[in-house]
Amino acid sequence: MSSPAISLRGVRKSFDGGASFAVDAVSIDVAEGEFLAIIGGSGSGKTTTLRMINRLIEPDLGEVLIEGQSAFALAAHELRRRIGYVIQGVGLFPHLSIAENIAVTPRLLGWPREQIEARTRELLDLVELPAADYAARMPAALSGGQRQRIGVARALAARPRIVLMDEPFGALDPLTRDTLTSAYRALHDKLGVTSVMITHDIQEALLLADRLAVMADGKLIALGAPADLAGGDAPPQVRALLDMPRRQAKRVRERLADG
Amino acid sequence: MDDRFATAWARLPDYLSQHVMLSASAMALGLLLSLPLAILAYRNVAVRWPVMTLASVIQTIPSLALLALFYPVLLALSAATSGLGLQFSALGFLPSLLALTLYSMLPIIRNTVAGLQGVDTDIREAARGVGMTSRQMLLSVELPLAAPVIMAGVRTAAVWTIGTATLSTPVGQTSLGNYIFTGLQTENWVFVLFGCASAAALALIVDQLLALIESGVARRERRRVLAGAAGLALGVVLTLAPSLAGARAGYVIGAKSFTEQYILSQLIRDELNEHGLSAQRRTGLGSSVVFRALAANEIDVYVDYSGTIWAMQMGRTDQPARGDLFEDMSAWLLETHGVRALGPLGFENAYALAMRRDRAEALGVSSIADLARVAPRLRIGGDFEFFGRQEWAAVRDGYGLRFAERREFQSTFMYRAIADGDVDVISAFSSDGRIAALDLIVLEDTRGALPPYDAVLLLSPARADDEALIAALEPLLAPSRSRRCARRISWSIATPISVASVKRRRPWRVRPGSIKRAPTSPAPSPPPLRSDGPPLHRGSAASLARRRGVLPSMRGRICPIARRPSRRASHLSRAHR
Repeated sequence: MSSPAISLRGVRKSFDGGASFAVDAVSIDVAEGEFLAIIGGSGSGKTTTLRMINRLIEPDLGEVLIEGQSAFALAAHELRRRIGYVIQGVGLFPHLSIAENIAVTPRLLGWPREQIEARTRELLDLVELPAADYAARMPAALSGGQRQRIGVARALAARPRIVLMDEPFGALDPLTRDTLTSAYRALHDKLGVTSVMITHDIQEALLLADRLAVMADGKLIALGAPADLAGGDAPPQVRALLDMPRRQAKRVRERLADG
Repeated sequence: MDDRFATAWARLPDYLSQHVMLSASAMALGLLLSLPLAILAYRNVAVRWPVMTLASVIQTIPSLALLALFYPVLLALSAATSGLGLQFSALGFLPSLLALTLYSMLPIIRNTVAGLQGVDTDIREAARGVGMTSRQMLLSVELPLAAPVIMAGVRTAAVWTIGTATLSTPVGQTSLGNYIFTGLQTENWVFVLFGCASAAALALIVDQLLALIESGVARRERRRVLAGAAGLALGVVLTLAPSLAGARAGYVIGAKSFTEQYILSQLIRDELNEHGLSAQRRTGLGSSVVFRALAANEIDVYVDYSGTIWAMQMGRTDQPARGDLFEDMSAWLLETHGVRALGPLGFENAYALAMRRDRAEALGVSSIADLARVAPRLRIGGDFEFFGRQEWAAVRDGYGLRFAERREFQSTFMYRAIADGDVDVISAFSSDGRIAALDLIVLEDTRGALPPYDAVLLLSPARADDEALIAALEPLLAPSRSRRCARRISWSIATPISVASVKRRRPWRVRPGSIKRAPTSPAPSPPPLRSDGPPLHRGSAASLARRRGVLPSMRGRICPIARRPSRRASHLSRAHR
């Protein structure tokens, strides 16, 4: 079997000179083509963990391997051009058109112009925003959901094999969010990429991910497929977490029946 | 009014051109320095504080002082580097450019840092996330997004720079400020207004063009940006055309900041022009600045006064006879500075203490000795130089003068102040037309505390043996008449001739641009006496102009007028500057 797409080995990060650790000795392997969700409350260290994968944050200790190679073998910006990155705030460049936003990474990589144009059209189709209508628009002219679609398209533009997502759909309304998460899972399968997504929504994690990584206080407290984590071996707080959607679903059913 | 406006209008191409050249260069240099500094300050917190503080401190220095500070600094620097074959002028363009550049930096730095800090953190994170290097992020994301804020800072800086550039006149840089300084000196308010209005108009136009660029940047409309930039470029090219077209003049004539000096510098220029020599003037310079500039070959020629050199440069307090003083001074100038005293112009102009006649009579004061008795109850006004000069110390200590209050004025306002009774005594120039016009009396210096002040033509070390220049200046020197007559000439021209009295008695009008040589003059089409607007109410320079035939109807009348005996003649010849 080939090496994992992403491998974190004992990574640690402190922002206060070692007094406390935002991420403490976390080790995770993410297989090629896998969809991993990292779940945890605020301050659990999930965002720091994700950012250490594309070196937006440099770990104090431990190893980060991307497709078997040290993440430090390349310059950080070169590494990032190979890894798609989607954030909750989207961060579309307001002074660039939609097409230009999508084309940012291919342009940094020096792709020929025709190839960039073709790729931009292809991606707009992929996220279901027809190029004819949207390519020339400015980000300010889009809705929140449309902007996040463009954020995903931008992350996928340079054909990365890994996509990192930091609560990508957290700011959207539930309907849009549901549509987008399903649409993204479909893209993940179609393109065969490896995805790591941060969420604090257990339901979303359960619906999308192949495996879950549960974090609390900078530590990885559980890692496994949803069914495994719901079983008896998992720590009680993890079981309680996984049980929550089921309890909620039950109550929802009861209330609807009462009505 | 019409004449003065026409004169002002005629000078606009030159003044505007130099003003634009100076402000545009200062802005360009300011941008070139400020942007990298601001970017450094934005990225590096350790640099940010010192940079912002320094820029703010510079801003608190009064702009005129900042301009003045650069002169001695550059002079020292020029002297230090002259050994390396690197010589530059410490006067005029360079000090003005440096001061204005420093002045333009704060708004640009402050706005650039603020603009960069204002870029959304999500956008910055996204830029790093897609794989931009710091440089790519700065150039393609941060700077474009901060551009509207930066442009607002550039606008502020441009308006400040254009306004402050008017203050570069006293350090010898021609600008629209020449209207203001000349106008102030000669009470030509049309000039002052014209200068203010033209500087304001220039600032407004530039501000509007920059606003166009700013809005273009903010709305990401390339057309607006290009239109604004094209407007600026066109304006610069058009206004620079006059100074680029004509080669700059060869000789540089200096002048201090009072009326007589303006007229004298014009006279010298006209004389040089007549001899086929080109010349430009640097007017409105401080007494010490002008002398050091001459010693440093920054200017080639100017008129100073023997008593001033004696007291200010040589630091002497003794009072030799007039002839001895002149000889000692000439020898000292040549030995110490290589400066050549070409010769006296044949008139003098002294510092003297003057009072309003009614006030003096009421107090029973006619001499400085009388004044000493009542001085503790009186207020004295002086020009900016007077109280810092040896002469003041000499007259103060010689008579034991103590005043209730001491005030300093720009000389035009000093005369206003005594006329209005704001002060009781002023440090007048003995030949000033305003002494008569305001009915002032000059107090007798019975103890001879003030040295003689013969006007002397001085040449810089580099021009000391310039025969063409000396030949051209020769006609200005005191004519070789009997000494007695020369003394009387000096009295007569020291006698104030007010504009009003001159106009009343003479068929020709004494107005800038209106004084012309007689049509019968043998000289081939000499240039008219183009004054910087000063009405010829300073007797000395006016009479020199007369002697040169510029005012033909006065020809041959100098001695007869001078022969009028007067009590004032006796003390003026002692107290002349």
